[in-house]
Amino acid sequence: MADQSYPVGQGVEVTVERSPARGTWLEVVHDWITTVDHKKLGIMYIAYALVFLLVAGFEAMLIRIQLIKPHNDFLSPYTFNRMFTMHGTTMVFLVGMPILFGFGNYLVPLMIGARDMAFPRLNAFSFWISSFAGLLLYYSFIGGVGLSGTGSAPDIAWFAYAPLTEKAFSPGHTTDYWAIAILANGIGSIGTAINIIATVFCMRCKGMTLSRIPLLPWLYATMSFLVLVAVSPLTACQAMLLLDRYLGAHFFDTQAGGSAILWAHFFWIFGHPEVYVLVLPAFAFANEIIPVFSRKAIFGYPAMVAASVGIGFISLGVWAHHMFTIGMTSFGNAFFTLSTMLVSIPTGIKTFNWLATIWGGKIRFETPMLFSIAFLFQWVIAGLTGIMLSVSAWNWQLHNSYFVVAHFHYVLVGAIVFMIFAAIYYWYPKITGRMLDETLGNWHFWLMVIGFHVTFDVMHFPGLLGMPRQIYTYEPDRGWNTLNFIVSIGGFIQAIAILIFVYNMVHSYFRGDDAGPDPWDAWTLEWATASPPPVYNFAIEPEVASRRPLWDRKHPEDPDSAFE
Amino acid sequence: MATVPLQHDQHDAEWTLPSRGTVAMAALITAESSIFTIFVVAYLYYLGRDVHGPTPKDALEVPWFYSICLISSSFFIVLAERAIEHGKIAAFRLWWAITILLGIIFLYGTGVEWHSLIVDHHLTIATNLFGTTYYSLVGLHASHVVVGLVMMLFVLVFSLMGAVHPHHAYRVKTLALYWHFVDAVWIVVFTVVYVVGR
Ligand code: HEM
Ligand SMILES: [Cu+2]
Repeated sequence: MADQSYPVGQGVEVTVERSPARGTWLEVVHDWITTVDHKKLGIMYIAYALVFLLVAGFEAMLIRIQLIKPHNDFLSPYTFNRMFTMHGTTMVFLVGMPILFGFGNYLVPLMIGARDMAFPRLNAFSFWISSFAGLLLYYSFIGGVGLSGTGSAPDIAWFAYAPLTEKAFSPGHTTDYWAIAILANGIGSIGTAINIIATVFCMRCKGMTLSRIPLLPWLYATMSFLVLVAVSPLTACQAMLLLDRYLGAHFFDTQAGGSAILWAHFFWIFGHPEVYVLVLPAFAFANEIIPVFSRKAIFGYPAMVAASVGIGFISLGVWAHHMFTIGMTSFGNAFFTLSTMLVSIPTGIKTFNWLATIWGGKIRFETPMLFSIAFLFQWVIAGLTGIMLSVSAWNWQLHNSYFVVAHFHYVLVGAIVFMIFAAIYYWYPKITGRMLDETLGNWHFWLMVIGFHVTFDVMHFPGLLGMPRQIYTYEPDRGWNTLNFIVSIGGFIQAIAILIFVYNMVHSYFRGDDAGPDPWDAWTLEWATASPPPVYNFAIEPEVASRRPLWDRKHPEDPDSAFE
Repeated sequence: MATVPLQHDQHDAEWTLPSRGTVAMAALITAESSIFTIFVVAYLYYLGRDVHGPTPKDALEVPWFYSICLISSSFFIVLAERAIEHGKIAAFRLWWAITILLGIIFLYGTGVEWHSLIVDHHLTIATNLFGTTYYSLVGLHASHVVVGLVMMLFVLVFSLMGAVHPHHAYRVKTLALYWHFVDAVWIVVFTVVYVVGR
């Protein structure tokens, strides 16, 4: 019978060396650089993104130091512009996307019982071109003004509104570095998206019908579809911008009749779906973590899939809610207000399904679950400020104020970063074979929650009081002083939390408890193999008969498959 | 060691999945379509907004012949797909070569058109909005033609070396899918540039 079974729980057939490659360091490096293994590439994406998380976090701290008191001269106005441009660009393109792709790379094949992604070499290509983008963007810093023609980092904000990016307004090469980096990053993202879609639909193990695909691969497929239809326009825009800058074309050159508004449309046709590209994986993590830590199957699986796909579609039709102040027709205003509000229906469905999953469950408050619960609260609040902003009349008051900054950080940090932390605590044992330390995890969590709310709850108020975003300093008589001081302090608390987390990751890698294959008593296939998994993932290709194959195997007396 | 049975009797039946080449090509085409959409929208948006000429009316001639060449190549590539499926390698080579030839003729047509625009009408990408949007949209399409031709030439060379066999039919079809897409995009570009735009 041995060849027809595969191991669960304690006994694992294949014992895996903790360090996958022995040999000189050069051999190890060579091994990583030439790898096409989805797990190694996943780890590389995650590591790359975490490094940039620290970099962009550092930039955020510089911004907050500058704003801690009125008339501060810690940063020059020029440096300040560069800091918020690099902070935003880095967080979206070099932290958010790569880390989510990293988890996708690592988890999707494992969760659908495959040996690798559909196109391993395309996968490696995508990683390397994306990391080239990151290095290129930061290369622009080197040399200060002028040396090697690099200038010193882009200063055009992450949305790079035209015509400020044209040669006339942006001489030197910083904008070129920005555009080429985004272009290269886009190519990598599109490659990964194609790969994920092909993997989810074509590499499933025996028995995994569409209705048995775990929610995470489902959401990753949806997110990849959004990448195809939304990141491609951004890539096209960068090509146009570069044509303008290098060949004298006039796409966004207002003096030759080009349009700045067209750039805004094109950018937000990417920009709004992008926020769902980032948040759908966060949902995906919640879909996996919340049931396991509530000891209940996810509530409403089909509704969850339908709502996620629905969110993906609706998000394609709301972009101009970023452009209410650009002056649209009242029909335009009404349309984009209503379509934006429509998103609350599927997101509401998802939220209630998560609550229903927790409801009556045996909840285990370990770190991944703590982060997930905070995510639920924060996601709802962020949705509410989003609805406020989508009312075009309100938006005219609040646009480009710190209220907007508070809103999107609520989503980006409060939902996405929190779920990224949850995911790291949850899957770190699988990836490294060691548990993260719970005590440190708790410190991280509580400091993070406190810091987050001190920063971003308070940040709404200077916004309501009229503080514009992206100003490098302010007058002392506006009533913003104390508020800004508190916001900056909150920022430092978060920074401390993240340093604890980094320490935990390093420390636990060497000292953490052995995880074993299935430390959380979970139900999806990635827990059916050793931690870390062997190169070939599964000794025997698995076969499933329900959405929770490991539950079936651990509970033969009460399998899900009996109810399907 | 705790092991649990893996086999589930009800699944002994065949387990088939969509082919990854087709799915990936469909995904790539989705991405490419949105790139083309952006360029098409820009073209239409800037129509008639030039500060000075030449305008499409002054400069453009409808490239009927070259367009027919490209569109009909889709027909020949279907013949090639059929041929390789039925194991007729010689016929495959013939239809495949004709497809490539038609593609090259089309590309030549674009070259002739650009030459005349630049030399006779002094229209470059930097001249005005028409030049900007025209060269980038048509150029984007032409670059896709080039990529398709290069890939098809590889297949032709391999086939002449005797390395293409009927069991490669599926890969040939995936490539043909891309070529059909390039053709379909030309119909859109043609309509936008030469029908609506003139
Ligand atoms: C319930 C769903 C949401 C609604 C109704 C909503 C609504 C809005 C609106 C109307 C704006 C425009 C504000 C302005 O600039 O005047 C905005 C800005 C923004 N939102 Fe959301 N949003 C939602 C979810 C999200 C999500 C999930 C994310 C990120 C993952 C996000 C990130 C952002 C960002 C980054 C901006 C600012 C962009 C900028 O100007 O730089 N939002 N949101
Ligand atoms: Cu939006």
